[in-house]
Amino acid sequence: MSGGAKKLERRNVLARALEVRGDALVVSSLGTSTYDLFAISPAPENAYFWGAMGLAVPAGLGLAIAQPERRVLVVAGDGEMMMGIGSLSVIAAQAPENLSILILDNEMFEETGAQSGLSASRADIAQIALGSGFEKTMVARGEDDVARLADFLFAQPGPVLAVAKIGPGSDEPVFPSMDGPELVRTFRNAVLGNR
Amino acid sequence: MSQAPAQAGDGWSEQVYSLIKEAGISLVTTVPDAGLTRLLNMCNGDEDIHVVTLSTEEEGIGMAYGAWLGGTRALLCLQSSGTGNCINGLALPAFARSPCLMLVTMRGQEGEGNPAQLPMGRAVKPVFEAMGVTCLEAKTEPDVAAFFKQGADMAFSDGKAVAVLIAQQVIGVKSFSK
Repeated sequence: MSGGAKKLERRNVLARALEVRGDALVVSSLGTSTYDLFAISPAPENAYFWGAMGLAVPAGLGLAIAQPERRVLVVAGDGEMMMGIGSLSVIAAQAPENLSILILDNEMFEETGAQSGLSASRADIAQIALGSGFEKTMVARGEDDVARLADFLFAQPGPVLAVAKIGPGSDEPVFPSMDGPELVRTFRNAVLGNR
Repeated sequence: MSQAPAQAGDGWSEQVYSLIKEAGISLVTTVPDAGLTRLLNMCNGDEDIHVVTLSTEEEGIGMAYGAWLGGTRALLCLQSSGTGNCINGLALPAFARSPCLMLVTMRGQEGEGNPAQLPMGRAVKPVFEAMGVTCLEAKTEPDVAAFFKQGADMAFSDGKAVAVLIAQQVIGVKSFSK
């Protein structure tokens, strides 16, 4: 139990996790994950979701299969992960060595009014990942765990999943483009060149 | 319960497999259906095609998007009952104008023996069209390859969401007689 310890701050977690991002491709789920990724590590190699809740993780799998030489990181909230929870077993079956998942778990639907989420009560996303066939998971609760996040996500073969138990709240949201074709064009040009 | 033998219409699987190769599709995602068995077996036997079994069909929409971002062309194969699972996910290719090619084997049409298949069977086309998916309905066996080729061109050249619907009469009707 965290025992009343101060909860992790989401942008700090993401910044520490992305310290060694290198040439990784990063997918973010709709809402605060997208705003935080744009705030912390804006790059053409980011795939920002604005909708299609539940599909950021499957998109990460499709990208990982298409780009086996590049590390792919999916940054998603706990609600996003719960909605697409079956995709963990799909990923485990495929076992892509270049796929990492970071769940920013604030145990609530903060974007819609901070209603309690499923991970607030009994659901444990890291345990579900293990049960789905993941072999490498971690839960970050304190700063010492956060210090290990980057290595955990980028320095070992995937698939790996880390859950960071974050507190509510974030800095002022900043928004990447909402132009879908432009987002696709930017990403593909950066990763594939002009083709 | 048994699958009625597919009748004259079995050749479409080979034709679609050839067109998958021709279109440069190297990722096939699926929640399987009996009518897709031959095609999926051929894809599974092809080392250049990555076949991924999904837990729900909408994952295939997300995977196709991620694959496209990474330069890979994908196809989602599903039964008509699974089209309903895709609806909100179809906002993604509509938003991004990215390719989303689907091959749907129909249930809930003429001769359907399971009444629970009827509502979704009836709803596939109106619901898909409401989400901006172009539906190409293959009612005869030769239609399947022709529409698949057309659908792949529309998807990968024009960035559209396209579903090729293979009518139940082409596949054969599942028998529930004891």
